[in-house]
Amino acid sequence: MSTDVQHHEPPVEGDLHEDDHHGATDKQYVVIAVILAAMTAIEVAVSYIDIGPLFLPVLLILMVVKFLTVVSYFMHLKFDNKLFSYLFYTGLLLAVSVYIGALAMFHFFLR
Amino acid sequence: MSEPGEPGGTPPEQKEPGAGAPDLGTDTSGPVDTLDQIPMGGVPEPGETPAEQSPDRASTITEMPTHGEHRDLEGGHATTTGLSNNKMGMWLFLGSECLLFGGLISTYMLYRGRHSGSIGPDQIYDIPFTSVSSFVLLMSSLTMVLAVSSITRGDRRNAKLWLVITALLGATFLGGQVYEFTTFYREGLGFTTSLFSSSFYTLTGFHGTHVFVGIIMLLSLTGMLSRRRVTGDEAEVVELVGLYWHFVDIVWIVIFTLVYLIPA
Repeated sequence: MSTDVQHHEPPVEGDLHEDDHHGATDKQYVVIAVILAAMTAIEVAVSYIDIGPLFLPVLLILMVVKFLTVVSYFMHLKFDNKLFSYLFYTGLLLAVSVYIGALAMFHFFLR
Repeated sequence: MSEPGEPGGTPPEQKEPGAGAPDLGTDTSGPVDTLDQIPMGGVPEPGETPAEQSPDRASTITEMPTHGEHRDLEGGHATTTGLSNNKMGMWLFLGSECLLFGGLISTYMLYRGRHSGSIGPDQIYDIPFTSVSSFVLLMSSLTMVLAVSSITRGDRRNAKLWLVITALLGATFLGGQVYEFTTFYREGLGFTTSLFSSSFYTLTGFHGTHVFVGIIMLLSLTGMLSRRRVTGDEAEVVELVGLYWHFVDIVWIVIFTLVYLIPA
């Protein structure tokens, strides 16, 4: 009796797999980290400088950009399969919508 | 099937060739009913005893899985989706963690003004100190991604070095949080002082606990890499721990802005 079991050779080191190529080099990671640090410094500076009505939008935009930069590049979501993005952003959007709704409800009904 | 010797059972000497479990030492031509009946090393060829099997073939089949064990011929994962189930599970977990921290952050936003007569957020936060802590945690994300990059290249030595540095940066952040909590407590802000203090300590405490768990994961992973105890794809295991660590960082990005920088 012969067996039909196929035994695969392990992939050659350095092969590019669907979710193995991460799209950035070490130097690019350092550059991204410097940009993130600069954005943090701008956030802190904005909290000390009076920029009037722009204060809140600037801080929120910087926060979102920092968040998406880490998720996209450091967590490789930009280069990975879209299914991972769906899994994560579904939870994130659900959380944001539910809690904004809850806070709005407290804001409007408990005044 | 009735056991031999039982009433109605087939006596051993009357068993027909090919019926039941094959006698591997004598006859292997009979059908195999279950996979459990296939011996380690595969079913021998007709007339071949287990001892005569090709050593290469037997060792190939019984070899312990090593790097790339979950890969198929195209380099994808041998799962129904072609993706790593572990990685998918981690992303699903992180998506659910968004709901946990979303609840804690919105609770803080709701209660941060509820400190009638006692210390409020504007009087107690030390923005320069927290900014340095934020910078430290941000840099730990850089060292973590460098660890993942190193292990992907097969550079285990540098991967372990970056993992230890990441753990040290995380411990520095955690030390800063302990110092901050101690200072706040000495200034009169206990956990039950006000709704503001309760929601603040709960939110930042939960985040600090996540950092602590991350440090344990990083140090455990470093030890396992040193002793070669990581089963399966080492690069994927490091990447999974990295995903958790980066998530801790992005949660702090949100907390730092919403809790510390935007005044009540």
